[in-house]
Amino acid sequence: MSKDTLFDKVWDLHKVSSLPGGSDQVFIGLHLIHEVTSPQAFGALKDKNLKVKFPNRTVATVDHIVPTDNQSRPFKDNLAEQMIETLEKNCLQHKIRFFNIGSGNQGIVHVVAPELGLTQPGMTIACGDSHTSTHGAFGSIAFGIGTSQVRDVLATQTIAMNKLKVRQIWCENKLSHGVFAKDLVLHIINKLGVKAGVGFAYEFAGPAINALSMEERMTICNMSIEGGARCGYINPDEKTFSYIKNKLCAPKNDDWDKALSWWKSLKSDENSIFDDLIKFDASKVEPTVTWGITPGQSVGINQQIPLLEKLSPNDQFVAKEAYEYMGFKPGQSIKNTPVDVCFIGSCTNGRISDLRVAAKVLKDKKVSKTVKAFVVPGSEKVAAEAKQEGLDKIFKKSGFQWREPGCSMCLAMNSDKLIGNQVSASSSNRNFKGRQGSPTGRTLLMSPAMVAAAAIKGKVSDVREFINK
Amino acid sequence: MKSEFTPPIGKILQISGKCISLIGNDIDTDRIIPARFLKCVNFDALGKSVFEDDRKTLKGRHPLDLEDNKNASILIVNSNFGCGSSREHAPQALMRWGIKAIIGESFAEIFYSNCIAIGIPCFTLPKKLIQDIQSYIDKKSLSLEIDLKNSLAKSKDFNFCLEIKESSRKMFLSGEWDATATLLENSKLVERKSKELPYIKFGYDF
Ligand code: SF4
Repeated sequence: MSKDTLFDKVWDLHKVSSLPGGSDQVFIGLHLIHEVTSPQAFGALKDKNLKVKFPNRTVATVDHIVPTDNQSRPFKDNLAEQMIETLEKNCLQHKIRFFNIGSGNQGIVHVVAPELGLTQPGMTIACGDSHTSTHGAFGSIAFGIGTSQVRDVLATQTIAMNKLKVRQIWCENKLSHGVFAKDLVLHIINKLGVKAGVGFAYEFAGPAINALSMEERMTICNMSIEGGARCGYINPDEKTFSYIKNKLCAPKNDDWDKALSWWKSLKSDENSIFDDLIKFDASKVEPTVTWGITPGQSVGINQQIPLLEKLSPNDQFVAKEAYEYMGFKPGQSIKNTPVDVCFIGSCTNGRISDLRVAAKVLKDKKVSKTVKAFVVPGSEKVAAEAKQEGLDKIFKKSGFQWREPGCSMCLAMNSDKLIGNQVSASSSNRNFKGRQGSPTGRTLLMSPAMVAAAAIKGKVSDVREFINK
Repeated sequence: MKSEFTPPIGKILQISGKCISLIGNDIDTDRIIPARFLKCVNFDALGKSVFEDDRKTLKGRHPLDLEDNKNASILIVNSNFGCGSSREHAPQALMRWGIKAIIGESFAEIFYSNCIAIGIPCFTLPKKLIQDIQSYIDKKSLSLEIDLKNSLAKSKDFNFCLEIKESSRKMFLSGEWDATATLLENSKLVERKSKELPYIKFGYDF
């Protein structure tokens, strides 16, 4: 059993009681809600005649269903309009702070909370969304929950949960030029498998992780769930603290000093015990692209789609399904695969640094005529910052459409969808069958820089050919 | 889909019904209920849309569409079932279709806890046994009587033990799987905890 890790410390600090069944009752420091997984929870509160226990520890925004072309109200899509209205009504009624469209702070919940300084080290954070693991980048313990648990957090500010085991994923050396956090995390998931993390929290550590910016760290923790781990985290350091400083909801003045000294004490001890330990050499990672229907099915840009006999018997099952669905032949190169749609956005890679790196690749270049390309900033803040830097102009000049913030084609609940069996190059996190809105649509996951390169060539390309050292 | 749906309440000691097998590893919640069906403010209508895209592709040959399986209530699956999105819509859709229990090689974590929270016990068995059961179902119909107290499954031809997390089993036996009431009981402790936490002391600057 793990001991003295950051996870243990934060868990123990938030543990309210041991429940009869053997799970723990855990206090949730920050609860984030959005329009898709909260309405039924509020409905259940009403049925049970319960109130929101700590309304000021829940914060709301709207992201999954928002259109990214025309955001004027009412939305064209009646169901989407009904969902945002329901959230507005619930927040008003229960006095929950809501960052709505036009507030300047709306966006994908996992982009918004860090930007506002809501996400802080040492907290427990829950949200009815599996990518809540993102917030672990700040040394918080953050996990996705279902709607029944959203109800429990609203009613009690706690949930019942079994304590997770802790696996440290140590990343040696540094990522090489043209290789990004997304490549590293896809590589890790490929090596460990999509279910290796079940029952675990992942601690990402080592020189390669320390060298990453806060936004890159968020990309890594964001995808913990794709490796099966409900929660991923990184011990906080100076970068973490300076990212939070002066954010809207960050502690101020004396409180800042108090917070800082507490945060500095928050990390896994040198002699802490992990349930498992795995090492990677980050310098060996190549730009990585998925070829299949799970985020674990990926290869380096210069490698071939694996042959069936090269895979473990367990992986063969899904691989067969993937070859057929994707229309790929085993042994075929991933490079030069034609793509129809290029999407930059999502809570994995829709932040300002992602837009910067993609814009750098696209500057003075044109998107291939065969490709529909669009960029969806992760939040209103990201959009504003990008505009200030003139990134929107670079995107538009290259042939990318510039959209309003939201989840968009990460899960295609709005009108941004693949059509038929189109292939997308996508900076998002899931390549499941049908994920991007067409039951036969095909998704290739990659870094935003790689999406930009694919957009220019009209096919999967090595971004290192586009960026100078 | 069955016409009438009543959600489970209270103690769950025993589940009996016909088994339906769904073969495949890493079946994600996007497949169980595609995102377009998440546009709803309650779960009521989800039952008919469960596995919609897979079912459309198979044009009536999907296990959920076979006449024989119409009244099935115990789902037999392979490994990492329910991975991906945390949407509780997935187990809610299965439950509304008629599923009352799931037996599989392994489950994704959030899916598992969503199932427990809405009263669907999830049991595990070794890979080989699951495959044996699935090939049995392929040939003959299998009805099981699951006894949660002894973690035992009985059928006409054979009996076997099921595995389930002890904490989950206890919750079903005591009826505490619907956690809200239990959590509310400790509200004094929760208040105290909220006053102890350092970051609540230095607060947000709202
Ligand atoms: S961007 Fe995608 S993964 Fe992230 S919260 Fe939105 S839908 Fe979920």
